[in-house]
Amino acid sequence: MTRAEAGLKEVIGPQERRELRIRRILLLPSLLVIGFGLVLPIGIVVVYSFLRPGTYGGVIWDFTFSAYIQFLFERDLFDNTLTFQTAYLEIYLRSFLQAVAATIGAFMLGFPAAYFIATRPLATRTMWVFLITVPYWVNLLIRTISMLFIIRDEGPLNYLLIWLGIVETPVRIAYTDFAVGLALIYSYLPFMVLPIYAAIERFDFRLMEAAYDLYANRWTILREIILPLAKPGIIAGSLLVFIPSLGSFLAPDILGGGKNLMIGNMIALQFQGSRNWPFGSAAAVILMGVVLIALMIFVRQQLRQRVRTN
Amino acid sequence: MARRTRGEELRRYPGFRALTFACMFFLYAPMVVIAVYSFNAIRSITVWGGFSVSWYLKAFSNPAIQKAAMNSLIVASTAATVATVFATCGALALARGRPLRGQEAAFGLINLPLMVPEIISAVASLLFFVAVGIPLGLGSIMLAHIVFCIPFAYLPISARLEGIEAYYEEAARDLYADRWKAFRYVLMPLLMPGVISGFILAFIISLDDFIITNFVAGPGATTLPLAIYGMVRTGFTPEINAISTLMLLISVSFVSLSYLIGRRQKGF
Amino acid sequence: MTNQGLGVAKTAIAVVGVTKVYGVGSGAVTALDDVSLEIRDNEFFTLLGPSGCGKTTLLRGIAGFEELTEGRILLFGEDIGPLPPNKRPVNTVFQQYALFPHMSVAQNVGFGLRMLGRDRSEIEATVQRTLDLVKLGALAGRRPTQLSGGQQQRVALARALATQPRVLLLDEPLSALDLKLRQEMRVELKQLQQETGITFVFVTHDQEEALTMSDRIAVMSDGKVQQVGGAQDIYDQPVNHFVADFIGETNFLDVEIEDIAGDRAHCRSRAGLALEAEAPEGARPGARVSVSVRPEKIGIGAGGDGADAVVERLTYLGTDTHYQVRVGDETLLVRVQNAHGRRSHFDVGARVALTFDPDAARILAD
Repeated sequence: MTRAEAGLKEVIGPQERRELRIRRILLLPSLLVIGFGLVLPIGIVVVYSFLRPGTYGGVIWDFTFSAYIQFLFERDLFDNTLTFQTAYLEIYLRSFLQAVAATIGAFMLGFPAAYFIATRPLATRTMWVFLITVPYWVNLLIRTISMLFIIRDEGPLNYLLIWLGIVETPVRIAYTDFAVGLALIYSYLPFMVLPIYAAIERFDFRLMEAAYDLYANRWTILREIILPLAKPGIIAGSLLVFIPSLGSFLAPDILGGGKNLMIGNMIALQFQGSRNWPFGSAAAVILMGVVLIALMIFVRQQLRQRVRTN
Repeated sequence: MARRTRGEELRRYPGFRALTFACMFFLYAPMVVIAVYSFNAIRSITVWGGFSVSWYLKAFSNPAIQKAAMNSLIVASTAATVATVFATCGALALARGRPLRGQEAAFGLINLPLMVPEIISAVASLLFFVAVGIPLGLGSIMLAHIVFCIPFAYLPISARLEGIEAYYEEAARDLYADRWKAFRYVLMPLLMPGVISGFILAFIISLDDFIITNFVAGPGATTLPLAIYGMVRTGFTPEINAISTLMLLISVSFVSLSYLIGRRQKGF
Repeated sequence: MTNQGLGVAKTAIAVVGVTKVYGVGSGAVTALDDVSLEIRDNEFFTLLGPSGCGKTTLLRGIAGFEELTEGRILLFGEDIGPLPPNKRPVNTVFQQYALFPHMSVAQNVGFGLRMLGRDRSEIEATVQRTLDLVKLGALAGRRPTQLSGGQQQRVALARALATQPRVLLLDEPLSALDLKLRQEMRVELKQLQQETGITFVFVTHDQEEALTMSDRIAVMSDGKVQQVGGAQDIYDQPVNHFVADFIGETNFLDVEIEDIAGDRAHCRSRAGLALEAEAPEGARPGARVSVSVRPEKIGIGAGGDGADAVVERLTYLGTDTHYQVRVGDETLLVRVQNAHGRRSHFDVGARVALTFDPDAARILAD
C-alpha cells in the first residue's frame, strides 16, 4: 500500500510554516482595523441601546430596556403609565414599504432592461453593461441632488410641463413619498439590472426556439422559462436594492422634506437634534436585525440553489 | 432596419427595448441636466444665457469651498494610502497559497464594511470615537474612512494577484532571491497595476462619502460632500451645479482609470 | 556515458527514502512513495513517466519548492532538506519558462547573478557569454513577450545556466515546442550538457526524448521508481509490466517455467509456445510468470521450424510491416523490416512459423 494508505499524513515543513506565519502577520493590520473600526463600534451600539440617555447627549451607565420600550410605548410623565404609540412603528413601516416599492419599481424597469441587454450581440452587450454601471460610480449625494434639481417646483421638469401646456401651475413632486421612492430607484437601479443580466446571459436561447414548438406564446415562455431561470438574479438584485433602501438617509432627507421620515433619518435625528443616543442605538439595532433576516433568507436561497445544481 | 432573423424575432419582447432606453434616460438625464445648467451664463432655468464657466470660477474662489476641497483631498489621499497598504498586505495573505485557518472568516471581515448599511457604520463610528475619547475632526474622518476604504482597495488587488502565477516567484527564489527580494523585484512590479487601481478606487470612495463623514466630522472639518449638502439646504445655486458636475466628472474618470489600469496585461 | 574507466563516479544527488503525501484521511494522496535513487555527477539523467507519476514532484523536491514528508535529499553528500530554494546551488528551467515579463532578456538572465551580489561588469559579461552559448546573443535587449516560444525557451535555459549551478533541473522544457524545434533542442541540450559538464536532471513523459537524450533513465509510475538504467537496459530488460509497456511496444504472455538449465529458464505459454529467457533469482520449475516479448525480436517465416501461427491482420508502414498473428488463443504483434522485399510478405489467413531470438523473452517481476 502507499505511504498515505499506511496512515502517513501530510506534514507542513519549516519553510511553509514560516510562510504561513508571515501571511498571518500580513493579515493582522486589516483585521485589526476593521475589528476595532467596525465590529467593536457595532458592539458599542448594541450596548448603548441598553443604557439611559444623558441630558446633553451621551449615556448614563444604567442598564435598562427603556430605549426599546420607548419604541413602542409612551410613558405618561404624570401617572407613569405606558400607552401604546405608533409613531415610530409608522416610520419603520413607511421605510419598509418604501424599500419594497423601490424594489418593485426597480424590478419593473430593470428586468426588461436586463433581458434586453442580455440578448444584444456580444460587442454591444459590454457597452450596455458599462453604460448601466457608470451612473452608480457617481457620488450618491450628487445623484440625489440632481434628482431634486429636476423635480422641484422651480425645476426643469415643471418648466417643461408648463411650457407644453400639460399643467398650469407647478406640480408638487418633490418632498413627497413618491419623490423619495423615485430617488431610491434612481440610486440603486443598476444593482437590480446587473444580477438579472448575469443570470439571463447564461441562458441558451436556442432552447427558447425549441420551446416555441411546444408553447405558442412568448409571454408563456417568459413566465414559465425565463423568469424561473432568472430567479437567483432577481433575488440577489432585490436584496441589493432593498437593504440599502431600508437604511437610506439621503433620499428621504433631501427629497422627503423632513416630514416623511425613514429609519435613516430617525436614527440620525437621535444623534443630532434629539440627542437620545440609546434610542438611536436601539433603532439601529432593530434595523440591523431586519437586514440580518433579509441576508439569512438570501443565504438560505443560495444554499438551496447550490444543492439543486449539485 | 435590417430584417431580423428568426432567432432574433423569437427573442423579442415588445416594449422591452423602449423600457431599456427609458432606463438609460432615467439614469443619465438628471446628471446631464445639472451639467448643462452649470454652464448656463444666466442664473435661470428657463433662459439659456450662453456658454460660460463663470459659476465654476465663482465656486472655486469661495474660501469655504476651497477649504472643503483641500480637506477632502487630504482625507482621501491619507485614507486611500493607508487602506491600500493594509489591503495589499491582506491580499498577499489571503489570495495565495495554502488556505489559512479561518480564511473565509477573515475574508468576510475584510468585506464587512460593504455589507453593513452606511447609517449603521456612521452611528457605530461616532459612538466609538466618543467612547474611546478620540476628538472629532479631520483625524476622526480619516480613521473612519480607512475602515471602509480597505475592502474597496482589496478587490482590484486580489483580482490582480490571483492572475499572477506562482511560478514567477518560484523562479525568483530558484535564482537565489530570498522572500523579500522575490517580492520586491518580481511580485511587486507585476502587482503594481492592481495596487494603483485599488488606490484610485479607495481615493474616490473616500472623496465621495457623505453619511459616515457627516457623523464623525467635528466643527470646522468640512469635506466637499458636506459643503455641498450644506449649500443645498439653503437652496439651489448655479455654483452647486458647477461643483456637482465637477465631482461627477472626477468620479467617472477616476473609476474608469482604476478599471483600465487594473486590466493592463502582464506584458507591459 | 558514465566514466567507468576512471573509478567510481561522484554522486551528485542522492534521493533517500523520499515520500511526499498531500492531505489527510481518505483523501490523502501519495505523490512520492519511498523513492530512492542516485544521480551521478556530469550525467544526463531523466525522470520518465506518465502525468501524475511523481516526476515533477521529485524535481520540485530537489529544487526546494516541495517539502518532504519523509526521507532526505543529499547534494554532493550534504542534506539540502532544511535549505530553502534560494540557498540550493541548483537551478530550474520551468515548463512554462516563467520569464519575468517586466524585465528584458538580459535582466532575466542576469537576475540570479544580481541576487548573488556580483558586480555589474561581471554580470554583463556573463550574461552575454551565456546568451551566446544558447545562440541568442543579439536579443539581449528584447522583452520576453517579443520572443517566439523557442527563443523564450532558450532564455529560460540561459537564465538557469548563468549562475553556473552544479545541477540543472529541467521540467518538461520542450513540451510546448513544435516537433521540429523539439528535435533540434534535444540535440542542443545534449551538447550543452556535455560541454558544460553540469549534471542535468530532465523530466519528461515522452519516451523518445528520454531514450535519445539520456545517459540514464528512471521510469516512474504512481509515485514509485519502477526501474533505473540506460536506454538499452530499460528497453531490452524491462523489469515489470509497466516499464515493458510504457517503453515501446511489447507482447505479454503468461508462461509456466518448465525447467531451468544454468541461468536459462525454459518456459511454455498457454498455447504451447516454447520460450527461453534469462532465469531470475529464485526461479523454480512450475512457477507461473509473465513474460515480455518485443515484436521486432520475433521472426516470421513461411514454414519450417517454429511455432505455428495464423496471420490475422497486417499493417504496411513502408519501412516495417506489422503482423498480428494468432497462436492458439493468444495474439502476438510481430514487427518485420521490409528490407528483404516482397519475399517476406504474408497475407491475412496465411499459416506462418514464428521463431524467437534467444533474448526475445524477458521474465517480468510482476
